[in-house]
Amino acid sequence: MNVSVERSTRLSRISVACVIPLVAALAFVPVALSANVTDKLTTLFVYLILAAMWNALAGYAGLVSVGQQAFFGLGAYAAIRLTQHGVNVYAALVLGALLAGATAVPLSIFMLRLGGGEFAIGMWVVAEVCFGLVILDTSVHGLTGVSLIALNRYSAHDQRAYAYWFALGSAVVFLGLVFALLRSRTGASLQAIRDDEEAAASVGVSVLGGKRVVFVLAALGCATAGTIWLATSITFTPRSYFGVEWTAYMIFMALVGGLGTFEGPILGAVLFFVVQDQFGDNGVWYLVGLGGAAIVFALLLPRGLWGTVEERFGLQLLPVGYRLRGLESIANPEPAEGRRP
Amino acid sequence: MLLSVEQLEARHGFLRAVRGVSFEVAAGETLAIVGANGAGKSTLLRALAGAHKPAAGRIVFDGRDITALSAHRRVREGIALVPEGRRLFTGMTLEENLLVARRRARPGPWNVEAVLEAFPLLAARRKSRAGNLSGGEQQATAIGRALMTNPRLLLLDEVSLGLAPVAVDGVYRALRGLIETGATIVLVEQDLNRALEVATRVACMLEGEIVLEGPAAEMTREQVVEAYFGLGRPEGETAVPA
Amino acid sequence: MIWVNQIVQGVLLGGYYAVLAAGLSLMFGVMRIINLAHGDLAVLGAFLVFLFSKHGLSPWLALVIVLPVMGVTGWVLQRGLLERSLRAGPLTPLLATFGLLIVIENLLFEKFGPDERSLFPYIGKLGYDSWTITNQVIVGKIYVLILAVAVFLLAGLQVFLARTPPGRALRATAEDPDTAELVGVDSRRVYAFAAAIAVATAALAGAFLAMRSSFNPYSGSQQLIFAFEAVVIGGIGSLWGTLTGGIVLGVAQNIGAQLNPQWFLLAGHLVFLAVLAVRLVLASLGGNWGLRAILGRA
Repeated sequence: MNVSVERSTRLSRISVACVIPLVAALAFVPVALSANVTDKLTTLFVYLILAAMWNALAGYAGLVSVGQQAFFGLGAYAAIRLTQHGVNVYAALVLGALLAGATAVPLSIFMLRLGGGEFAIGMWVVAEVCFGLVILDTSVHGLTGVSLIALNRYSAHDQRAYAYWFALGSAVVFLGLVFALLRSRTGASLQAIRDDEEAAASVGVSVLGGKRVVFVLAALGCATAGTIWLATSITFTPRSYFGVEWTAYMIFMALVGGLGTFEGPILGAVLFFVVQDQFGDNGVWYLVGLGGAAIVFALLLPRGLWGTVEERFGLQLLPVGYRLRGLESIANPEPAEGRRP
Repeated sequence: MLLSVEQLEARHGFLRAVRGVSFEVAAGETLAIVGANGAGKSTLLRALAGAHKPAAGRIVFDGRDITALSAHRRVREGIALVPEGRRLFTGMTLEENLLVARRRARPGPWNVEAVLEAFPLLAARRKSRAGNLSGGEQQATAIGRALMTNPRLLLLDEVSLGLAPVAVDGVYRALRGLIETGATIVLVEQDLNRALEVATRVACMLEGEIVLEGPAAEMTREQVVEAYFGLGRPEGETAVPA
Repeated sequence: MIWVNQIVQGVLLGGYYAVLAAGLSLMFGVMRIINLAHGDLAVLGAFLVFLFSKHGLSPWLALVIVLPVMGVTGWVLQRGLLERSLRAGPLTPLLATFGLLIVIENLLFEKFGPDERSLFPYIGKLGYDSWTITNQVIVGKIYVLILAVAVFLLAGLQVFLARTPPGRALRATAEDPDTAELVGVDSRRVYAFAAAIAVATAALAGAFLAMRSSFNPYSGSQQLIFAFEAVVIGGIGSLWGTLTGGIVLGVAQNIGAQLNPQWFLLAGHLVFLAVLAVRLVLASLGGNWGLRAILGRA
C-alpha cells in the first residue's frame, strides 16, 4: 500500500508560481493603463478583500455575520478622525484600519459566545450601534458626513495611484493571510470546527480560539476595505458605509463564488464587479437580482460556482488542503477470490 | 404475511448498516431481532417505521408497498415504533405525550384510559412532566404512546435498555399481555433471555445481515449465541465498508 | 412625571414590539430558524393594508383580507424556501432569508418608491385620540389598542399551544420532530402552520406600525432588529418573555429619547447588549454554556 500525503498538486504549484509575476504586473497598472482602469481595479480589490473576509468567517469559521459593515465604517471613521488630528492621510488609512480591526478583539469575547442566528443579528446590532455612535460625533457632521480633505495635498493622479497600490497591497496581504491561515494548524482545526464542533473540541481543538483568529482577521480586512473605499470615494457618509447592503454584496460574492473554498471569493468578487459595472445603474432590480441569486445559490448550489467545479473535477488552483495519494489501494483491496468487491 | 421485507439496504453515509436484509412477519407473530451493538438492528427498525430512508429494497405491509411512505403516513397504515431511548417529549406531561399520538390514530380500542389501565403505575403520574418520570415509567409511557395509534404492527427498540430488572419485568409483563391479544410485534432486544421468552420467531443480526432465523421453539441458546458473536463463520470473511 | 410618562409610553410601545416579535419567537422556538426577512414581511403587510385603504376600504376590513393572505404566504414560504434551507445546513436559512430580505425591500421600493407612508389618515380619530391621565401622562388610544391586542394574541397563542391538539403537535414537533413523525405528526405541515401564524402576526404588526407611525420600503430591517432585541431581552422560547422584552426595549428607548432625542435607537441597542452581556456572564458563572441558558430560554 503506497500512501503519501501531499500538500499540492501540479496544477496548484503552477498557480502559486504565477502569483508573483501577476502581482508584479498589476503593480504597473497606474502608470501603464488609464485612470478608469485603475479606478475599476481598485474597486475590484476592495470587493476581493470583502469577499475573502466574509468567506473566511462563514465558510471556515461557520460564522454568518450580517454586520461586517461595522468594521467597514469604523475603519473609514477612524481614518478620518486621525487625519483631523494631523496624521498623514495614508498613515491614517493604515492606522485607522488597524484600530478599527482591533475593536474586534474585545468584541469577540462577547460575540463569539453567541450561536448561529443570534450572532448574525447581534453583529448587525453592533453595526447599528457603531453607526448610531458615529453620527453623534459632530466632527464628522452626523448624517451628512465629511470629506477626506487631507487628500487634497496630493494630485488626483497621485491619489489614484496611491489608493490603487494600497488596495493591491492590502488584497495581497489579506488573501495571503487567509492562505497562510488555511495551510496552518489553525486552518485544519477550522475545517474540523466547521464540520463538527463537538468532535473537534473533543480532540483538543480550541474552538473559540480558532474562531477568534478568523473573526479578528475578518474585522481587519473589512476595516481596511473601508479605508480604501474612503481613499477612492473621498467622502465619508455614515449611512452608506454602515449600510447593510455591504453584507448583501459580501454574501453574494462568497455564496456565488463558493463558500468554504479559497478560489471562490476571488471568482465571486470578479463576478460581482462585472455585475455592478453592467447593471449597477438599474437600481433596485439589480439588488433584487443579488438577493434572488443569494437565495438560489443557498438552496440549489450551496457550494457556489467554484465549489461545484472543484467537486466535479477535483480541481484546486491553490494548495490549501491535504491530499491522500494512493487512497485507491485502500478502498479497493485485492479480493481474495478474484471477484469484484 | 403482514410484513414482508425484501433486500433492504440502509446506510449511514458510506457505512452499510443494513445489508440486503429479507424476512417476513405473519400477523400475530412476535419476531425478536437480536444481535450485538452496531449490528444494524435499530437502523432496521427505523427503516421499517419510515424514520430512515433505505438505499435499496422493499417493504411491503399488508400487501402494500410502503417503501416510499413517510413515517407519519406509516402510522396511519398501522406501524408504530417505540424508539430506542424512549424519546418522550420531556417538556410535555405524560398525558399530553399520549394525546399527541391520538391525533392521527387509527380507529381502535386504545385510548388514554385504556393505556392507563394496561399500565396502572402510570395513572398516578398522568399530569407529571414526562422528563420527571422514572425509567420504567418512561418506557411504559413510550409503549403506551405507540399503542395510542392503534397499530397493527408494533416495533419495539431495546425496551429493556437502561432499566432496572424489576422495571423490565413490568414491561415484559405488559408485552406478554399485548401478545395475548394477538398483536404483531417486532422487537429488538440485546437481552437474549428476555427475547427468547416472548418471541415466536428469532432472527439474529451480525454486521447488517441476518445470519440466523427461525422459530424460537426450535432454536437452542447455543445456536443463537454463536450467531450473535459470529463464531463458526469461515476464516477470512470480514466485512469491508463499502 | 415626565419620566413616568416616558415609562408609560415605553410600555405601550412594548405592546407593539410584542406583536412584532411574537412571530419571530414562534419560528425560532419551533423551527430554530431566525427569519431575517421577518421585518420586511411585516412591512409588506403594512403596504398591502395601505393599498386597500387607499382604495377606500377600511384598514380593519383590509386586515381581514390581508392577514389570511399573509398566512398563506408564510405557509408557502416555509414549504417552498425555508424547508429546503433547513435541510441544507445551519447557515443556509440565514443566507436564504437574508436574500429574501433584500428581494422584498427592493421590490417594495420599486413598486411604492421611497416615500414614507402611513395608515394614520385612514383610521379616523383613533390615530390621535388619547386619554389624559395626568397633565403629563397622555396615552394614545391606538397604542392602548395595540397593547391590548398584544396581550390577547400572546394569551391566545399560549392557550392554543397548551390546550389544543394542533398546539400539542406543534410543541411535540418543536421538541423532537423525528419522534413526532413516529407518532403520526406531519412535521412539515406543522412547520408550515407555524410559519403561517408567524407571518400573519408579522403582517398585523406591520399594520399597527402603519397606524401609529409611518413606514417605507426599507423599514423592515429596523423592525427585524427591534423584534430580535425584544425576543432576546425577554428570553428566547418564552411567549410572555417576548412581551416583557418588548416592554423593556420600549422603556429603554423612551428614556433614552428623553435624555436626548438622538439616543432613542441607541438606548435600545445598548440595553439589548447589556442584557446579553449579563446573561453571558451569569451563564459562565453557572458553568452552563448551552445556548438556551445563555439566552434565557426556560
